[in-house]
Amino acid sequence: MSEQTLKRVDLIFGEYSNEKYKVLEATLQRSNDDILKDLLESGLRGRGGAGFPTSMKWKFTAETPGDEKYVVCNADEGEPGTFKDREILYRVPRKVFSGMAICGKVIGAKKGYMYLRGEYKFMVPALKKELEAYHEHARELGHDFTIEIKMGSGAYICGEESALFESMEGGRGEPRNKPPYPTTSGFMKKPTVINNVETFVNVLMIMRLGPDQYKKLGTQDSRGSKVFSVSGDTPIPGIYELELGMTLDRFVDEFGDGDTKAVQVGGASGFCVPRKKFKDTVIGFEGVPTGGSMMIFNSSRSMYNVLHNYLEFFEEESCGQCTPCRVGCQQLLKGIVAVKKGEKKALYLEQLMKLSESMKITAKCGLGQSVANSFSSIVNNFKEEMIY
Amino acid sequence: MPILQGIVERNNFISDQDMTEIAKELDLSAAQVYGTATFYSFLDTKPRGQFVIRVCKTITCDMHGKKTIIQALEDMLKIKVGETTPNKKFTLLETNCLGWCHEGPAMLINDIPYSGLTTEKVHDIISEYINK
Repeated sequence: MSEQTLKRVDLIFGEYSNEKYKVLEATLQRSNDDILKDLLESGLRGRGGAGFPTSMKWKFTAETPGDEKYVVCNADEGEPGTFKDREILYRVPRKVFSGMAICGKVIGAKKGYMYLRGEYKFMVPALKKELEAYHEHARELGHDFTIEIKMGSGAYICGEESALFESMEGGRGEPRNKPPYPTTSGFMKKPTVINNVETFVNVLMIMRLGPDQYKKLGTQDSRGSKVFSVSGDTPIPGIYELELGMTLDRFVDEFGDGDTKAVQVGGASGFCVPRKKFKDTVIGFEGVPTGGSMMIFNSSRSMYNVLHNYLEFFEEESCGQCTPCRVGCQQLLKGIVAVKKGEKKALYLEQLMKLSESMKITAKCGLGQSVANSFSSIVNNFKEEMIY
Repeated sequence: MPILQGIVERNNFISDQDMTEIAKELDLSAAQVYGTATFYSFLDTKPRGQFVIRVCKTITCDMHGKKTIIQALEDMLKIKVGETTPNKKFTLLETNCLGWCHEGPAMLINDIPYSGLTTEKVHDIISEYINK
């Protein structure tokens, strides 16, 4: 393996400190301003994909008046090609709970929830056991913050934060209008911090290492390391923690099978990068952002089939609430099938592109808006494959 | 929602009668309960078998031979995707990404995930369930 070209990191999956919940204990002694300052300094951005600065999210919620606030951990990992949160929750759940507890202290919340996707129900017994240990320690430390697990039931859209709140409140997981943002009106319409599983672990790492050491990893816009889920045509699929800011050709050197045609960065809602652009593409917020999903396709794969699979996925997972997304996904899927069969002229693809662009502008939530990402990047880069 | 999840855990599906009863108890409209139940793909409102098999159909599992797995399951259980065996023991379904992309193809049987599937592995697993 080429250690010199790719920096592997062992922060997130690194061993626990010897004493249970030691970092949490030390952090609870510090002032909220101090903790927020460290977070700001570290440059941590949310690890779910959107990359909102974590310190701002916490600060806004802390500043919103109210006695009742919540911390929510988004463990509804549903993006095709992503399985990092499962690995984190399986290997280092204690770090996740500690991160949530720190957040509770900073924003003044007494209650935290973890929304776990239904597909991961088999993990609940192990997580509950760790939660018992956490609650015992929290009691000893005099930290009034409890955590409860809520289960999803197989709906991708519930990974969208406002849909997740709706689902936690017991209803259909349909996204809400924004604003108001969760920092003022989240779960039960109360101020809420909602972060990805990995973000909470990163918070704990920053508390342990200090922002200066953490900042050494990554680039100006993308600090720290990131857990990647690598799958597809690769000899070594799996979970890898890598420094942010590497170029895609370095990534493919290490993980490709020597015949890589394209990489889908960020799952079905992300971008497809063809071989000729590997060199100039940076993995990180300044280039192609990713929630961690990296799917590698070699030259034996039809990109038409890939796109068809993604569109089927979106068509099913669209919540159906807003028209651009509900009808748009259906029409895009129908459209590429028609072009492929020769029922429509190749120029029809241009019209479909326009449709996907309007979805980007008019859809209510991130799901409908992001369909255009994979659609236009696959159609633009592999047009011949769509037609013949 | 936890109520609906509980019913599925016990009965494998939510009947119309269940939904009207929940609506009465919680003072909601039946439509609200129905709307919530049908929103989630794991909250079945059609009768299902004792063991619900959900095979991942998303891209990487598809690339790594999902079709042969479905074929093997169909041959073994003598049902097609979407159907339930006459003895009400198995239901075969397809589902979206299960999060086992690095070890595809993958399937869930009720809550238990199985990954790295081959035709032989499917045979062993299903034989075990048949005897349960």
